[in-house]
Amino acid sequence: MARVLAVSGNEAVAEALRQINPDVCAAYPITPQTELMQRFSSFVSDGKVDTELILVESEHSAMSACIGASAAGGRVATATSSQGLALMWEMLYIAAGLRLPIIMPVVNRALSAPLNIHCDHTDAMGARDSGWIQLWSENAQEAYDNTIQAFRIAEHMDIRLPVIICMDGFIIGHSIQRIEYLEDSEVKNFVGEYKALNPILDIDNPKSYGPLILPDLFHEYKRAQHEVTTNVKRVVLEVAEEFEKISGRKYGFFDAYRLEDAEIAIVILNSAAGTSKDVIDEFRDRGIKAGLLKPRLFRPFPYEEVADALKHLRAICVLDRSDSFGGYGPLFLEVSSALCQLESRPKIINKIYGLGGRDYLPQHAEQVLEELIEIAKTEKISIIKEYIGVRE
Amino acid sequence: MKLKGWKELTPGAVILEAGNAEEFKTGSWRAFRPVWIEENCIQCLFCWLYCPDMAIKVKDGKRAEYDYDYCKGCGICALECPGKKGQKAIVMVEESR
Repeated sequence: MARVLAVSGNEAVAEALRQINPDVCAAYPITPQTELMQRFSSFVSDGKVDTELILVESEHSAMSACIGASAAGGRVATATSSQGLALMWEMLYIAAGLRLPIIMPVVNRALSAPLNIHCDHTDAMGARDSGWIQLWSENAQEAYDNTIQAFRIAEHMDIRLPVIICMDGFIIGHSIQRIEYLEDSEVKNFVGEYKALNPILDIDNPKSYGPLILPDLFHEYKRAQHEVTTNVKRVVLEVAEEFEKISGRKYGFFDAYRLEDAEIAIVILNSAAGTSKDVIDEFRDRGIKAGLLKPRLFRPFPYEEVADALKHLRAICVLDRSDSFGGYGPLFLEVSSALCQLESRPKIINKIYGLGGRDYLPQHAEQVLEELIEIAKTEKISIIKEYIGVRE
Repeated sequence: MKLKGWKELTPGAVILEAGNAEEFKTGSWRAFRPVWIEENCIQCLFCWLYCPDMAIKVKDGKRAEYDYDYCKGCGICALECPGKKGQKAIVMVEESR
């Protein structure tokens, strides 16, 4: 029997970590993630988990300790946000390059400057090329479900890669939502016993992690890493299928909402998808064929599947909650890359919204959909990339 | 030696064979060469103890010649060498000379 509760996103993910009971967790507090690890550290203090919680002096050290613990042969998790993730930057590449299945919820927050503690996606987008798998979550339920599935994906013997689970800071991290928890035994059975691959603590078989690899082999190691990444999509679907059996909740590469017969659509990540879906329903009531695509698996990006889901549309707007200054938004770049392989493709525009926690309101979705109606009619785009919800 | 292709590599570049540093000769990195002067040597074996690699050979409990295949010329042995009556038993000499 599922337990139905009202909890914050941070609380939900902390509960998932309690149920999984990792061997080691090294973390450093940072808003808006702090509550997540604070709740988990209470589980440690109260003896609810067997986890060795390592309190470190920075996020760089947190990730370093996670890397050491994972290479030693433990099941390892941490969590961070914003500047914390930025400070981990060099260690992120090392975790992925060493093929260590570390799990890290990222409670998305803007990066300085100016200093800001509220939600946007700049932090996780900065980790885009680090080799970590990225799962994005619309709400607390999806963040909880993604966290549990992440362990199975990361630890799969065909993968052995670290996973980031994104949820929106404050909007999801701190707001109370309805959630269905799985039973402890169900989660325990689902994630299974941890199987280490080449653990350092297997002292009968000594080994070295982190050797210098020069130009005669480095290119080959990266090619091998690329190959592993191509296995991720298959495993994500296999794990989702098994997860559906215990939860009744269905997950794939993305959520396609009223997209099948749509003519115009919004592509958007995380919590803002919920607001957009409401507005899409209103437009549908007016007889306008609007839809939405919300990516869940952002790394590796499912290019073929996204292109297939969007190819019949007339106009698309990709909304990015982060900017690449001097470039288009990161989600827009991916969707454009997916579509450019098609013989003919929808018109596509990019809006930057919600930076530093600026509210994404129904009127913003309305404004975007009205513009898409116009583009679908005239087949003309005036501005490709534009900020919305911004004062002149 | 045939170089491995990308399908033949261990995950994460982990080295599964212990003690393989022996196969990797690092002596060519050296800019300064340590030279052992036997008459100044008191057989303290500090050089053997301090050498970060295995470049100092010991035979029957006594200091023997350098194994220059593994000496990077760090100079730690020369620094630590107490010598005899103020005369060092290890001195560093520029490789090009």
